[in-house]
Amino acid sequence: MSEQDTGTAAAKKERSTAAKWSRRGFIGAGVLAGGALLIGVGVRPGNPVGKLKATVAGGAGEELVNSWVKIGADNIVTAIIPHCEMGQGAHSVLAQMLADELDADWAKVEVMQAPADGSYIVSDTARMFVAPFTMNAADWIEPTWDGLFTQIGRLADAMITGGSSSIRTTGQYQMRIAGAAARKMLIGAAADEWGVPASEITTRDSTLIHSGSGKSAPYSDFAAAAAEQPMDSSPALKDPKDYRLMGKSKRRTDIPAKVMGKADFGIDANIPGVELADLSYAAVRRPPVPGTEVTSMDAEAAKGMPGVQQILNMGSFIAVVADGYWNAQQALNTITAEYSASESPIKTTADQFAAFRDAIDSAGDDGGEQAASKGDAASAFADAATKLEAEYSAPFLAHAPMEPVNCTAWVRDTDDGAKCDIWTSTQVPLMARSAAAGALGMDDEDITVHHPFLGGAFGRRLENDYVTMAVRVAKATGYPIKMIWSREEDTQKALYRPADVSRFKGGLDAGGKLIAYNNIFTQRHDPAEASVPGIYDIANTSVRVAEAPLHLPFSAWRSVDHSQQGFFIESFIDEAAIAAGADPLEYRLNMLGANTARHKGVLEKVAEMSNWSAPRGEGIGLGVAIVESFGTVGAEVIEVDMTSGGPKMLNVWAAMDAGYVMNPDGFRNQIEGGIVFGLTAAMYGEIELEDGAVKQSNFHDYQMLRMDETPAIEVAIINSGTVPIGGAGEPGTPPAAPALANAIFAASGKRLREMPFAKQFA
Amino acid sequence: MIEFTINGQATSLDADPNMPILWVVREKLGMTGTKFGCGIAACGACTVHLDGEPVRSCSTPLSAAEGRAITTIEGVSGEDGELSAVQQAWISEQVPQCGYCQSGQIMSATALLRDNPAPSDDDIDAAMSGNICRCGTYKRIRQAIKVAAGLETAQSEDEAQESAA
Repeated sequence: MSEQDTGTAAAKKERSTAAKWSRRGFIGAGVLAGGALLIGVGVRPGNPVGKLKATVAGGAGEELVNSWVKIGADNIVTAIIPHCEMGQGAHSVLAQMLADELDADWAKVEVMQAPADGSYIVSDTARMFVAPFTMNAADWIEPTWDGLFTQIGRLADAMITGGSSSIRTTGQYQMRIAGAAARKMLIGAAADEWGVPASEITTRDSTLIHSGSGKSAPYSDFAAAAAEQPMDSSPALKDPKDYRLMGKSKRRTDIPAKVMGKADFGIDANIPGVELADLSYAAVRRPPVPGTEVTSMDAEAAKGMPGVQQILNMGSFIAVVADGYWNAQQALNTITAEYSASESPIKTTADQFAAFRDAIDSAGDDGGEQAASKGDAASAFADAATKLEAEYSAPFLAHAPMEPVNCTAWVRDTDDGAKCDIWTSTQVPLMARSAAAGALGMDDEDITVHHPFLGGAFGRRLENDYVTMAVRVAKATGYPIKMIWSREEDTQKALYRPADVSRFKGGLDAGGKLIAYNNIFTQRHDPAEASVPGIYDIANTSVRVAEAPLHLPFSAWRSVDHSQQGFFIESFIDEAAIAAGADPLEYRLNMLGANTARHKGVLEKVAEMSNWSAPRGEGIGLGVAIVESFGTVGAEVIEVDMTSGGPKMLNVWAAMDAGYVMNPDGFRNQIEGGIVFGLTAAMYGEIELEDGAVKQSNFHDYQMLRMDETPAIEVAIINSGTVPIGGAGEPGTPPAAPALANAIFAASGKRLREMPFAKQFA
Repeated sequence: MIEFTINGQATSLDADPNMPILWVVREKLGMTGTKFGCGIAACGACTVHLDGEPVRSCSTPLSAAEGRAITTIEGVSGEDGELSAVQQAWISEQVPQCGYCQSGQIMSATALLRDNPAPSDDDIDAAMSGNICRCGTYKRIRQAIKVAAGLETAQSEDEAQESAA
């Protein structure tokens, strides 16, 4: 496959799969007709939108064509998006995909966040998490899978945004089909009215056209009639050559509000009917050590402080409610408390790493749980001409989204029983609803979750700890409260990307080929394949996991296990290349195993972009890394200048193959950001433990990369046509740290095996 | 009573003079474009102008605004609602991701360009390195500043799509 190929081969591949997806979608829907399925990979035959009509089609003259799209009397097409917008651009790109299949006029397309309602579960996203192997399964089995995953999705409240999945699951399997189905229904309605064959009606820019009779009409004229049309069970999807919006860098619809300060994030929530001056604010403090409780508190000083309304010992945390956040936080700062003893034997960072190393030592050369195995790694190592041993480590990390954790809640009695409304930034609105229901002892149906834009998330907002806290405070007060965490609380009392240690024994044959690879580490969460060096052809491989206790609670952090494993694996491969006396990029190319045309493509592209073989000056070096994650293959080369002692990053070149990119500029923005995220962790990211608590507290000691340290970044997109397509949000992150470590080695001869790097040059 | 102007509007407020301007603006005046990020002047999300100078409103007490002019992101556009050159460049370069830090970024960039209409890369580094963007949009912020300054041409919607073909 040639680079940046959008030509015939890519088109052909895309076409055949698209046809299969649509068939799968509607076979599934058919099987489940009459069941609870509304979306059924897009839409339900017969189109009974039921109670949803009232929630999402409230305006005069608005008709709901199906649950993912509505058309107004003004011919505005509204794409109803079941994913949240946290900066990844999914709202716009999903709308592009739907609008393209609908032949909508992009200038008249608007985006609406789908309400937190079970009808908007993203069943294909759920499916990708639970059983990715079914995503491209044979046709005959798929109706069963569709029904199964719709049910699983409902049970699991799977209205989820994560896993770099929105475009490649909901976009491909639902939004496009919804757009195509809606278009066909509009055509059907016009054909009936005009008395002409549907096949003679064409569509363009939200207009129905019958050239034979000269008739034309805006979609809005037939919106009501279209809703009565039977749903075609397999609308044809567009061939890539006919795309008018997909594959184009349409500007994001959320950006204008964001440059005017008019975009509402969770923290900006206003409660309808509640005057600004009447809203109360809660500042909260959890015990410093995870898993402990507040046993007593002394709040005497806080009681008389300005604006203080209530001081609550909630057991698992303390809350001060006041007339403003600042007053609440000032009062909270004066409260002293005693906490229960922690049962965790781990008190310090050293304790945590000792626990990892103990587990690894105990497992030895062949113990632990086998994650991957091939050949006989132990004996191949014993016989190897050159032996390599290396241990790498990575620290705990906080997500640190710019919008601190917050949640506004109102729990109240009404004539209709107890009700709760929640306003919060969340990646999982239905799970937030369930968490609130559990905490309040209420039914899901009595809880409404309002979820505006997210000021960053990176996995943090997949958790509902803060939702539970806010509704408990709101239940205790009986009046609405906006709970805001201080940055210190956000940094110290969160959930974390786990620390880990990974140990390798590698053996090279006389020719320098890596023939033994024996690796053990302790943290395996998700995705399962992250620890497996599957892209390389290594004759004898053993990858093992030794269980070790983790002092801080786990949560998914941008790219999840790839964030550590990318560093471990791609550093070790680099060490093997150096031991073999080989060029690290050539070495990787020569090691690639089966089905790695895309990997070869990105490595060759990034070599070209970086002018890899050109000599650099003394103290300047290039490092490369390649990681396949979330369906996208990415290679990055970093150029670093070590002449002033510490690493000064000059350039990053990235080549990414996601199969087909729906919005190139948006994709590049995601990769650029993913690289900065990875480099921030590589240079500075470290959460340490002292007395069982997190030591770092704010941006002065949990540093972020800033403008003056950020290198130039160039991203190349390779549209190889591979399907299913890959994600954008996470794949930029994993190669960044190893590429930087490898560059530092090339420039200085210093091999960094521990993250983060900056302090090792202080 | 503390008297000041905000976005050109004369205002007097009976509020705690020690309260940071950030919370006054957000919770008393209901203008939520200015964001809380860290509370210790370390991230720049809360940047507003005080008599035209960028300040971290999370760490600047209301008393500092007595008799002075506060400008927030809501006051950056022209009176007719026309977006400023900086805001327009933020759109043409498609800068924001989550967007939470961007009010502060725009306030810092606006002050930079008023004082220095043709900033060098070093000037941009110096003026902008107090503003954190966790989404990592620094490359685009730099480019947008150059576009707003007229040093570079704005990216048209069509150009962006051609380059990926």
